[in-house]
Amino acid sequence: MTRRYPIVLGLLLALLAGAVTAAVAAGSVPLPPGQVWAILLHNVHPALAEPTWTAARETIVMDVRLPRVLLAAVVGAGLAVCGMALQALVRNPLADPMLLGVSSGASVGAVGVLVFGLGFFGVFSLPIAAFAGALTALVAVYFLARQGGRMTTVRLVLAGVAMAEVLSAVASFLVVTSNDPHKTQSAVRWMLGGLAGTTWTMVWIPAAAVVAGTVVLLGVSRPLNLLLAGEEAAASLGLDVHRFRAALFVLVAVMIGTIVAVSGSIGFVGLIMPHVVRLLIGADHRRALPATALLGASFLILADLLARTLIAPEEIPVGILTALVGGPFFLWLMRRRSK
Amino acid sequence: MTLIVENVVVRVGGRDLVHDVSFEVAEGEVLGLVGPNGAGKSTLLRTFYRARKPTSGRVLLDGEDVWKMPGRMLARRLAAVLQETGGDFELSVHDIVAMGRTPHKRAFDGDDADDRAIIADALDRLDVAGLAHAPFDRLSGGEKQRVLIARALAQRPATMVLDEPTNHLDLRHQLDALNLVRGLGVTAVVALHDLTMAAAFCDRIAVMDAGRLVALGTPAKVLTPVMLAEVYRVDADVTLHPETGVPQVTLAPTVARLRP
Repeated sequence: MTRRYPIVLGLLLALLAGAVTAAVAAGSVPLPPGQVWAILLHNVHPALAEPTWTAARETIVMDVRLPRVLLAAVVGAGLAVCGMALQALVRNPLADPMLLGVSSGASVGAVGVLVFGLGFFGVFSLPIAAFAGALTALVAVYFLARQGGRMTTVRLVLAGVAMAEVLSAVASFLVVTSNDPHKTQSAVRWMLGGLAGTTWTMVWIPAAAVVAGTVVLLGVSRPLNLLLAGEEAAASLGLDVHRFRAALFVLVAVMIGTIVAVSGSIGFVGLIMPHVVRLLIGADHRRALPATALLGASFLILADLLARTLIAPEEIPVGILTALVGGPFFLWLMRRRSK
Repeated sequence: MTLIVENVVVRVGGRDLVHDVSFEVAEGEVLGLVGPNGAGKSTLLRTFYRARKPTSGRVLLDGEDVWKMPGRMLARRLAAVLQETGGDFELSVHDIVAMGRTPHKRAFDGDDADDRAIIADALDRLDVAGLAHAPFDRLSGGEKQRVLIARALAQRPATMVLDEPTNHLDLRHQLDALNLVRGLGVTAVVALHDLTMAAAFCDRIAVMDAGRLVALGTPAKVLTPVMLAEVYRVDADVTLHPETGVPQVTLAPTVARLRP
């Protein structure tokens, strides 16, 4: 496993570079990959590449496609990393931000801000409200699923699914009864997730939260490992389990809140990526967290690429595609575990 | 290190699982903790490694209250070997044993050469080095138990708490595990079911019944037919081993007639 790690990490980096290139190149105006990189390099530093392209093409790359691709990377990486952290925190490999109702909680917060026009915190209103919703849902599911200090998979999944259903219904209700002229469209976006119309201003907050959050999680990767051994063993190895879990719930809620505020709830990324990574390089979070972040970024970039090209010029909400892959995967995982 | 248990009470739902237990374990001493099921042995041990806070009373390690020091500091000095609990996470044997180094590490610290040597040594001593890359969940009960002892060794503790460490082990590995703990020279408290094994490996034996400490002393003093009848409600003979002089318990296949 240890010797395999550098190879896997190298392959994942190559996959990410390939996914970014393909996603920036593809679209209604197809661009050659070489030109994509020339434009990107030129914008990093003008001396790195001679401009041989039209200004329109540069606008397509820099202002239309790149922000969307980067946001897909940030959202994918964030969901995957949060999924892995949640799985350790509840010690259950079936945990996922959407399955536990965390994403729906964030949706309710975000939709509430939009519908009621609350804007106390300027550009931060949406992510802060989404964070509050996410944290409330997560804590509620955790305590509903826990009984006498124990938490079974069945209770966790049932509590999560019920919470997700109720909160999705609340969010849809808020959208449908609002004065929004594009009610149906925005309801679909919140429920199924989508990255259409991404601009640079939408990228920064989730990018900062995901990068900072991932660094913090890497710093606590050893304690996360201890949780996999069980609460009592973790305590005997020096971890203050309750305080640690509470702090990480807040961290995960911050990340999910900022993600959902821009993308709606995209499901299953947080379930599939950690599992694939564990199969490849094992469960040690010191190695698995970076790998799952890279894989999640590539996965969502490619899923979003399909979402906007399959039936172009129409778009499919990207959450539909991740659910098409993720639902069967979830069922397979459940069957495998019950053996 | 000395371990002092001072008037420890653990009360859950109005019932005392541990009732006012006090004893001292001297530096380097191995104390056997025996008693019937539900006597409160595991609950008492939990108060040592900070899994359950005593309702009242204190547990002192070299005079310091274990509940007043940071968990990480305690885990550097005291390691616990617990009953195995299964997981679903494909952890390798090496991953499990490497967890023992956590209390010695800060955030972002990698494993250095020392850590790797300590982990390799622990794997070796428990005879599980060949399984290092095997998934923990697929080991036999005995192999798992040895891996968990190896994890405790990797903590490099001066005190060990072991809850039924010989469960699932065959005779050979029972002897090896207990010999190993003895050979480390650490202060140890070991909960055991096998009284003959306890007599052979422990300096003193503490007997618990219904949450109380009912006897404490050398094996020869504690393991008597009267104690076995009162605490375990069995009719048993205690003889001394012809060569070692260690008490041996032979069970008569009937339940004891007397009951206080």
